[in-house]
Formats: sequence, C-alpha cells, structure tokens
Amino acid sequence: MSFYGELQRYENFDFELFFKQVTDAGIKRIIAQHRLNERDYLALLSPRAENFLEEMAQKAHRLTVQHFGRVIFLFTPMYLANYCVNQCVYCGFQVHNRLERKKLSPAEVEKEAKIIAATGLKHILILTGESRQESPVSYIRDCVEVLKKYFTSVSIEIYPLEEDEYAELIAAGVDGLTMYQEVYNEEVYAELHPGGPKRNYRFRLDAPERACRAGVRTVNVGALLGLHDWRSEAFFTGLHADYLQKNFTDVEVSISPPRMRPHLGGFQPRVEVSDQNLVQYLLAFRLFMPRGGITVSTRERAELRDHLVRLGATKMSAGSCTAVGGRSDQESTGQFEISDERNVVEMADMLYSVGYQPVYKDWQSF
Amino acid sequence: MRDILKIGGQEISSRLFLGTGKFSSNRLIPQVVEASGAQVVTVALRRVDLDYEEENIAAYVPKDCILMPNTSGARNAGEAVRIARLARAAGCGNWIKIEVISDNRYLLPDNYETIKATEILAAEGFVVLPYMSPDLMVAKKLAEVGAAAVMPLGAPIGSNRGLKTKELIKILIEEIALPIIVDAGIGRPSEAAEAMEMGAAAVLVNTAVATAGDPVVMASAFGLAVRAGRIACLAGPGETLDYARSSSPLTGFLRD
Ligand code: SF4
Repeated sequence: MSFYGELQRYENFDFELFFKQVTDAGIKRIIAQHRLNERDYLALLSPRAENFLEEMAQKAHRLTVQHFGRVIFLFTPMYLANYCVNQCVYCGFQVHNRLERKKLSPAEVEKEAKIIAATGLKHILILTGESRQESPVSYIRDCVEVLKKYFTSVSIEIYPLEEDEYAELIAAGVDGLTMYQEVYNEEVYAELHPGGPKRNYRFRLDAPERACRAGVRTVNVGALLGLHDWRSEAFFTGLHADYLQKNFTDVEVSISPPRMRPHLGGFQPRVEVSDQNLVQYLLAFRLFMPRGGITVSTRERAELRDHLVRLGATKMSAGSCTAVGGRSDQESTGQFEISDERNVVEMADMLYSVGYQPVYKDWQSF
Repeated sequence: MRDILKIGGQEISSRLFLGTGKFSSNRLIPQVVEASGAQVVTVALRRVDLDYEEENIAAYVPKDCILMPNTSGARNAGEAVRIARLARAAGCGNWIKIEVISDNRYLLPDNYETIKATEILAAEGFVVLPYMSPDLMVAKKLAEVGAAAVMPLGAPIGSNRGLKTKELIKILIEEIALPIIVDAGIGRPSEAAEAMEMGAAAVLVNTAVATAGDPVVMASAFGLAVRAGRIACLAGPGETLDYARSSSPLTGFLRD
C-alpha cells in the first residue's frame, strides 16, 4: 500500500486541458455540493475558480466553524539541530552552506523548553536537519523525554524514519508527524535534491504511512510552495491528505501550505505563489476535506494570517524561531526568516479581537 | 411541577446538558450556562490545562454545575479508560462521558470499544454516560454493563442536522430503562423540543449554541425549548393522525 500508486494515476495527466474544460456552471455546482470528489477539488484549484473565491470563502468559513468552532490551535517549533547531509537547493541548512552547526544538549533543550512553556503553550514541534550521525533517533528520543515534562503534545519534523523507529519515538511520547514532500512532481524533486539521502523520493513519500502504521495520532503533509506549479502541487497535497485519512481513519490529518521564504543561500522561488493563490488553495482544500486541519506558519506575514483565521485555518504557530537554541541564544542563524514575529500573547490578543479563541492544549498522552 | 432527572444518585432539574468546545472564548461559558439554566456541563479532558488557569476550560464551568469530563480524542477503550482515570485523579469528579471515535471523517462513535470502556469504568465506580450510535442491542449491552444513561446521536457531531436517527432513538426510549440523552446533531431549539417530546430524558447541545450568532441568546432559547418539550411529553401529546377523521364513518351503520 502506498500513496505512490495514487500519484501514478496522474502521471500523464494534462492539467492544462482539464483546467480549460472547467466551466463557471461546473464550479458553482461543485461549491453547492455536500461532498467533493478529487476532480471537483482540482476544478476549484483552476484559474477559472479564481472568480469564485468569495463564494468558496463563505462556504469554507461555515464548514470550518461547524467542524472546529471559533478556535485556533497554537503551537511553536523548536529547532534541535541544524546538521544536515542533504543538498536541497532551497534550504539554508544544506550541507554546503557555511553556518555554525549546532545541536542542543538535553540541558539546553530543557532551557528552551522552560522559556516556551512559560508562554502557556502545550504543543511543540521539534525539528532537525537530516543527519543520522549528529541527530540519531536516540538523540531525538532523549530530547522528547525532556520535552514531555513541559509539553502535553510533541510532534516531529525530522528526516523520514523506518516504521520501527517511528514506533520507538511514539513510545517515548511523540504524537504528531509533519512531513513535507516539498515537491510532489518526481522529476522536479530529483532536480532540487541533487545529493544526500533525501534524493529518495519514495522513502519520503511513504513516511507518513509508516508513521501512521506505527500509531502516530496526527499527520501533517504539504508541498513547499514556490518549487513547482502550485495548482498541481496543491492538488497532490490534498490527495495525499485524503488518502491518509481514508486509510488511517483514526489519525487526524492536516496540511500546511508553506511558501518559500528568504534564507541563507538565496534560492529564488521558481514559481510565484501570490496571496490570492494561497487563499484559493486553502479554500479549495477546506471544501474538499471539511474536517482536515490546515496549519499556517509564521512564514506568512501577520496581516495575512489574521485574515486566514476566517478562511479555514485551524492551527497556527506562534512565537516562532527557526534557529537552533534561538530562544536562549539570540545570535544563531535560522533556517529561513520568519515573517510574523508576534509572540504568543500578541497572537492570542489578535485571535480574541477577531472573535476566536486560542487553544494552547488540545491533547496529552494519557 | 417537580420533575427531576436522577443520574448516578444526583438530582438534576435542567434537562439541557451543555458542551463547551468551539466557543470563541472560554469567558462566554459562564454566561451561556446561566442563560440556558444547564446544570450538567461537559468538557474535553484533552483541553483541560490544570497548569494554566487562564486558559483552562474547566475553570470556566460554574462551581454549582456537575462537571462531566469527556474522553474526546480517545481512539479505543484503553485510551478512554486512561482519560477517565486521569480526570478523576485531577479532581473532576466521577462522571465521565465516554467518547470513542476512530473515524476522523465522520466522527462516528465506535460502539464496540465504547461498551468495553463503559464496562471497565462502571466497575470502577464511575458514573458512565456513553455516547453511541443508536442501536438497540448496543444500548442493551451498555445498560447491562453499568452505564448510568445512554447518549445516542441525533446526527453526526457538529452537523446541526437535527434528529436524523429519530426512529432508532424512539426504539431506545421505548426499550431501555435508563435515561436516553440525545447527544450530537441537534441544531435548533425546535429539534431539542422534539427530542424531549419524544420522551428523551435530556439533550446535549454544543455546536448549535457555540456557533450561533449570539451564543448566549441561543442558549436561553435552548433552555426554553427543552423545558417546553419536556412539559409537552409529561402532558401526553394527543394522537397524531395521518388523515382527517371521516365525518361519515365507514362502520357508522353498525350503530344506526
Ligand atoms: S530542507 Fe531539510 S533536508 Fe534539506 S537541506 Fe534543509 S534541513 Fe537539510
């Protein structure tokens, strides 16, 4: 079983032709439908559907309030290590970039954890670059054990693991996985990942499934927007989320739509993804998966995030920092520049001001 | 008229139970509870943050209410049991609403796991109120293993679609000796009134209030509707007819 099989159905699919055949009447009918199939979702990602963003927004808002209420879940990322053996051309941490490499010791993890926990947040997402030597699974497990003292939910955004390794981390207290495929188009993937284990497209693509089989509670998938045509990438991200939800019914599935940000190395996005494009993607996904989570990170600027609250977002990061140990050490270099610099209190104030409640705790392992 | 619902040895005068998820602010909860007159309030233990009073949802439930923690987030009986024990250890009392859901697409309850959790927790002295898909045999089993009430869904959680399972709930009301509390799906006060007229012991409402334009006013509407429905049920609604009674009866000649 693999999502790869689903992707292959679209190997020679002509997106241009499909989009040409989408009609206004078709889009209206789809918006009115109770349940959308995958072609309906694709139609809502078409250029023509740009004329219907308001109608889509109204429905997306209603569906989100109905299923999630007027709440936004808050979490924050913590970078444990920036050692990386890969050469992703779009990333500041890639092996050839010269920056100070670091990894936090358990004591340093504890120091950062205390600073974050003082804000009231109970959900944390830990990140590392890919280096099995510098940040092996055992290291990540040790960090999780420290973090469990301060947080009720620990998610990981690390290199893809084997199923038994996921099981090991889950046993240590990890309950969520974020795994960006970065780019679903296999050829473009090969170009953008010239060296390192990340070149293995299938191993990465199948990672969420391995984690689900190992018993993780939440998975978050996504494509890094700016690397390839966003409409097809958004489509495959949605299909991936849908596939996971169908096959692992007890897992909470969500997507992220990260857009490329400036970083050390200065790779220019190949494709511009405008605010309007991003909004269309989120709305289409909400209509396609009414109960799917949508995570919006601090890569996006504050003003846009404020609007996305009412356009389907369900989870947001707050008080973010993309540097290793960056909360206690102001000098470090981050993976990319964040855009929304607000701290947790400021985020909470914003949410209250637009009639939403920030939720700091939504799970604990019992 | 004194009309008391008794569950787990507690006397309850309001037959509207309230859920606390989905509100735009925890600060609305006390006002909503007051406006509705509800006495039983459910909170998801997954959201209870004992370390952080300001955002701790349980802290907003008025002290004179019965706090009914629920096991939302539990995917199987084992998780539900652990959540229940933790709730009791955290001082949330011994009422527990069992919610076991292993389907994130529709959020339908897993009846089989629910029975297992109910059996374990009832034996441990909890007052167990299981949320379930309305099925007579499952309800019987739940009663047998010690549930204090049975909570069938009217429609999927959060759907506001009303009493879609009406015929099945009617059967539970007729056949099960425990209180039947309609949980999930009720979207309007009129639907709550209908459930009460049918003979439900209580209804639990959350989304319909939390996502209303004015949650406090909607809460009061639900309070009134539940009372109206209950009074109508006690009054014994007249027979309903599918056709007008003929003024020249077919068997009239027998008496002529
Ligand atoms: S994206 Fe991840 S794997 Fe690629 S270079 Fe950056 S840190 Fe390494």
